Amino acid sequence: MMDRVLASFLESAIRTATPLALAALGELVVERAGMIDIGLEGIILAGAFGALVGADHGGVLAGFLASAGSGVLVALLFAAFTLWVRADQIITGTAITMLSLGATGTLYRTLYGAAGAALETPTSGPLALPGLSRIPFVGTALFDQPPITYGAYLLVPVLWWWMYRTHAGLALRAVGESPAVARAAGVRVARVRLAALLFSGITGGIAGGMLVLAQAGTFAEGMSAGRGFVALAIVVLGRWHPIGVAFAALLFGSATALQFILQALGLALPYQLFLAFPYVLTLAALAGVAGRADPPAALAKLESDSA
Amino acid sequence: MVLLLALVLAIPVLLILLGYDAGAGLRALWAGSFGSSYALTSGTLVRATPLVLTGLSVALAFRAGIFNIGAEGQLLVGAAAAAIVGLSRTGLSGSGTLVLELIAGTVAGGAWAGLAALLRVRFRVLEVISTILLNFVAAYLVGYLVRGPLQEPLHIYPQSVALAPAARLPRLLPGSRLHAGLLLAVIGCAGSWWFMRFTAEGFRWRVVGANPFAASSASLIAVKRTMVSAFLVSGALAGLAGAIELTGVTFALYENISPGYGYTGIAVALLARLDPAGVLLSGILFGGLEAGGAAMQRDAGIPSVVVSVIEASIILAVVAAWSAPVRPLLSRRAAQAEEPSIPDASS
Repeated sequence: MMDRVLASFLESAIRTATPLALAALGELVVERAGMIDIGLEGIILAGAFGALVGADHGGVLAGFLASAGSGVLVALLFAAFTLWVRADQIITGTAITMLSLGATGTLYRTLYGAAGAALETPTSGPLALPGLSRIPFVGTALFDQPPITYGAYLLVPVLWWWMYRTHAGLALRAVGESPAVARAAGVRVARVRLAALLFSGITGGIAGGMLVLAQAGTFAEGMSAGRGFVALAIVVLGRWHPIGVAFAALLFGSATALQFILQALGLALPYQLFLAFPYVLTLAALAGVAGRADPPAALAKLESDSA
Repeated sequence: MVLLLALVLAIPVLLILLGYDAGAGLRALWAGSFGSSYALTSGTLVRATPLVLTGLSVALAFRAGIFNIGAEGQLLVGAAAAAIVGLSRTGLSGSGTLVLELIAGTVAGGAWAGLAALLRVRFRVLEVISTILLNFVAAYLVGYLVRGPLQEPLHIYPQSVALAPAARLPRLLPGSRLHAGLLLAVIGCAGSWWFMRFTAEGFRWRVVGANPFAASSASLIAVKRTMVSAFLVSGALAGLAGAIELTGVTFALYENISPGYGYTGIAVALLARLDPAGVLLSGILFGGLEAGGAAMQRDAGIPSVVVSVIEASIILAVVAAWSAPVRPLLSRRAAQAEEPSIPDASS
C-alpha cells in the first residue's frame, strides 16, 4: 500500500516538475544574460496552443515542433520590445503574458468553436528505459516517461557543461554580470541576449507542449496556470544554477504531489490548502535563499549603451 | 491621442483578420460601452470602478519604484475580508457594517501587500515574483473560504450567501447598476493626485522611485520605510477595490469575483502615464473596453478574450511610443548601470 502511494507521489512530482524545470532552465539562461522575462508564462501558453494546432495537423512530433515555434515567436516579440525598443522588461513581460492569454483564447475559440469543446490531441506515450525502469520504487516514476522527459533530464547536465565549460557559456555569464566589460572583451551583448531569449522560447514552448502532448491530451484556455511565474521563482530558488534549478523544480513538484501522501495518511485538509501549499512553500524558500544568493549583477538593468 | 486613434483603428483590423464581422463587432462594442446612458452607467462605469482603484494601486507603487504585480491578489483578499465582516454578526447597523466591510477590505489588501514588502525589505525577495505567487495563494484562499467556512448553508454552490441589502453600497441612479463605489474611486484619484503632488511623503515616494541610491545617500529619506509605506498603500487601494466589488456588484463572495481587474490595472496605470488624475480617464476607457467586449461576445459572437489582446497591445504601444513616462521609473536601474555623466563644458 505504502509503496503504491510512494510511487504515485514520485510520479506526480516528476510530472509537475518536468515542464517547470524545462521552462525554468530557459529562463535561467535569460537571467544569466542579465534579463528577466515575465513573459515566460505567455511563452508556455503559446507553446501549449501551438502544440494543439501542430498535433491536430501532423501528430505528436509536429505538435512539439509547433510548440517550440510558438514559444520562439513570443520570445522574439519580447526581444523586439526589450532589446530593440528598449522598453522595460517587467512591463513588457506582463503585457506579453496578457497578449498570449488573449491571443490563444481568441484563436482557440475562432479555430475550434465558441463552445471550446474539449479536443483530444494525440499524446506521446511513455517509453520505459530498459533496466533503469526496473529500479525499485523510483524506476517507473523516473524512467517510464514520455521521451521528452528524458530530454529535460539531459538538458540539466548539458546546460551546466555549456555554461561553465565552454567559451560561449562564459560569454553568456559575462553579459549577465557586466555587459560593459563583456562588450569590451568583444562579446556582442545584444546578440547573446537574443540567443538566450530564443533558447527560452524553445524550452518554454516545449514545456507548454508537454502539458498538452504528454499530460493533458487537450488544450484549455489559460492552461499554463501560472507555471511561468513559478518557473521564475524556481530560478531564484535554484540560485541561478542549472543543477539548483532542477532540484528547485523537483521541490515544487514534490510539494504539489504531497497531497497524495497526506490523503493516504487520511488527513482531511481542504483541497484548496493543498493547492496553495507549493506557492507558500516557494515563498518561504525564497525568503531563505534570496538574501544569500546573488543574482546576476546586471539583472533587469536597462543598459545605457547596448548599441 | 495619435496612439489611441491607431488602437481604435487596430481593433477592426484585428477582427477582420480573425474572420469576424468587424462592423457588427464595433457596433456591439460601442453599444455596450458608451452608446447609451444605460450601457455607460450600468456597464462601463461599474467596470471602471475597480479598474480605477487597481490602476491607482499600480500607478502609485510604480511611481515609488515598486513593481507590484499583485493587485489581483490584494483585491481578492480585500473582497474576502469584506465578506467575512459583512456576513458575521457584528451587531452593527447596516451602514456601520458597510463601513466596516470597506475598512476590512482596505486593511486586508494592505496586509497582503505587506507580506511582499516584508519579503522585499527583510529577505530581498523581488516583489515581482512574490506578489505574483501571492496572487495564487489569494485565489486558493478565496476558493477555500467559499467551499469551507463561508459557503452558503446548502453547501451546493462554491459561494457565500449574499450580503444583507443594508450592508451593500447604495445605488447612485435609479434603474441602473451604478453604485457609490464610483465616488470612492474618484475620491481615491483626487486624493492620490494631491498626495503625490503636494505632500512630503508623496515626494519621498517619487524620489525613492526615481533613484533609491540618491535617496539613501542624501540620508534624508528612509528608503526601506518609504518602500514599505508604498507597498501598504498600493495594496490597500487594491483591497478597497475588492471590498467595493463585493459590496457594490456581486454581494456574494465566489472564486471568479475578479475577471483580472488587478492585471488590467497595470494597463490602466501605464496608459495614464502613472498619473493618478489620468487613471480616472484611462480606467473609464478600459471599463468601456471590458463592458463593450462582453457585449461583443453576446451580440456579435466575438470572443471577449480579444479584449486582452487589445489591452496588451495598449501596454506595448505605450511603452514603445511614450517611453518618457516609463523612463523615470526605470532610472533607478539605469542609475545602477550608468556612470554619472559629466556635462560637456564646450557645448
